[in-house]
Amino acid sequence: MDIVFSLGQTALELGLFSSLTVLALFLSYSMLNVCDLSTDGCFTLGAAVSAVVAISGHPFLSLVAAMLAGVASGFITALLQTKMGVDSLLAGIVVNTGLYSVNIAVMGNSSLLNLNKTQTIFTKLKDALTGSAFAEQYKLIIALAAVAMVVLFLSLFLRTRLGLAIRATGNNPDMVRSSSIDPAFTTIVGLCIANAFTGLSGALLAQSQKSVNIDIGSGMVTVALASLLIGNAFAGRGTVPVRAVGAVCGAILFRVVYTIALRFYMPAFMLKLVSSCIVILAISGPYLRDRYPELARRIKHRKVTVND
Amino acid sequence: MLSISHIKKVFNPGTLNEKTAIADLSIEINNGDFVTVIGANGAGKSTLFAAISGDFLTDSGSIVLDGEDITLTPAHERARYIGRLFQDPMKGSAPGMTIEENLALASGKGGWLSVVSKKEKNDFRERLASLDMGLEDRMQQPVGLLSGGQRQAITLLMATFNPPKLLLLDEHTAALDPGTAEKVLALTEEIVRDNKLTCLMITHNMLSALSMGNRTIMMDEGNILYDLSGNEREGLGVSDLTDMFRQSKGRDLDNDRMLFL
Repeated sequence: MDIVFSLGQTALELGLFSSLTVLALFLSYSMLNVCDLSTDGCFTLGAAVSAVVAISGHPFLSLVAAMLAGVASGFITALLQTKMGVDSLLAGIVVNTGLYSVNIAVMGNSSLLNLNKTQTIFTKLKDALTGSAFAEQYKLIIALAAVAMVVLFLSLFLRTRLGLAIRATGNNPDMVRSSSIDPAFTTIVGLCIANAFTGLSGALLAQSQKSVNIDIGSGMVTVALASLLIGNAFAGRGTVPVRAVGAVCGAILFRVVYTIALRFYMPAFMLKLVSSCIVILAISGPYLRDRYPELARRIKHRKVTVND
Repeated sequence: MLSISHIKKVFNPGTLNEKTAIADLSIEINNGDFVTVIGANGAGKSTLFAAISGDFLTDSGSIVLDGEDITLTPAHERARYIGRLFQDPMKGSAPGMTIEENLALASGKGGWLSVVSKKEKNDFRERLASLDMGLEDRMQQPVGLLSGGQRQAITLLMATFNPPKLLLLDEHTAALDPGTAEKVLALTEEIVRDNKLTCLMITHNMLSALSMGNRTIMMDEGNILYDLSGNEREGLGVSDLTDMFRQSKGRDLDNDRMLFL
């Protein structure tokens, strides 16, 4: 029983950490209608920057630094696609590739950083909670607090004029322009904020597992997209706060299912194939369902012709 | 009010597809004018609107609105003074957002981080009620659920929320069914009158081109062929217009959608 509980808690924690990236995609993919492929690199960037700042002795500042690094990365991705004529998918890929070098440089020419003896926000809270009833839940508390803050921020922010303009940019950029707002501006702001969350997500995961390696973010965009689409299946039609909470639930559910699959001897390396399949299923499923009548019509017609 | 002098726009210059969309066009629109714009396919009507709105920069010439030179002003900044409606009713509003959220963006009140207040919501409700379409009770519904006519009426409301200096209507009722088109047209006249707007309206309906507004311009080959107002325009019939075109161009006025009734 203990192992079930402990696995469940780990799945919940990992789900919550990755849900920050899912919320980032909620903003960029669902609201702005931009598929931000720099997510992997930005996730690693947040992890790397936070690790380096934490090692230099600033556990709290490390999270702020990771978010600022995310903002910078998002700004470049956005600038490429709004002001410099680079296609939005290509802009993400190009930034992602560039970030690989940047991340190794940030980690001091190394592809692995160890945080075992480093003071992080997690060790701080663990020390503070020693002896209390929540001593073992320190990771969960931090994860919950971070996710709650981001969900609250998004719920309030997307109601403001700027938030509405960002939503409209993904919906109908012409209408944004005729409301005297520059869609390039809203895209830049939206991607900066989204990537701040991605950076924070990477920072928290790195600090909780006490290490960063250069591959920590690889495939993150697909995993997060899979979680987002799972969440959409439940809460896709609700109000913005409901959909944001749905995205978080999608991330947790994804992790829980993955943990269960591991218990049934699915090898760990299958994670990425599973997330790819979920994304394909969630996007293709509705498309194929709509195409089904046409397909049925073709089959029926062929039968009739053959019989003649 | 709006003074356009010698603007020119050539698309795809230097290629086989080179097209002079606007050829040295000048016009003076007075404050309070309601100008109807007619012309054959490809006469440059929509291109003229696009030039005024700033979709592209003209190759030469200048555009001055209310004393301010807007020749080089970006489109989203011109939108502060210029309201615009298209034939496609889907173009003017965000389908995934509610009626209230669409109006909140159009109202343009408050700073970036301001939220719609109760007072503003009441204002939205009143304005929606004036459309007489029952939309005031559906403010929390996504705009994508509305019919074309309802969406065009909302777009009209949005474009004139803060009365613009200039309203550009590009066949904004052409995609609606006749009954709805009539209603939206009546609504347009009411809003233009109440707010004393200066307005340019492209129409393929020759009859409403003569019956609405105080001035009619006929465009051809990227320029203005006739500019009719006052006594000249008084008592003019649709057949007079087509005769005038034939006399000056030596061919028939040709527009596959134009209504001559």
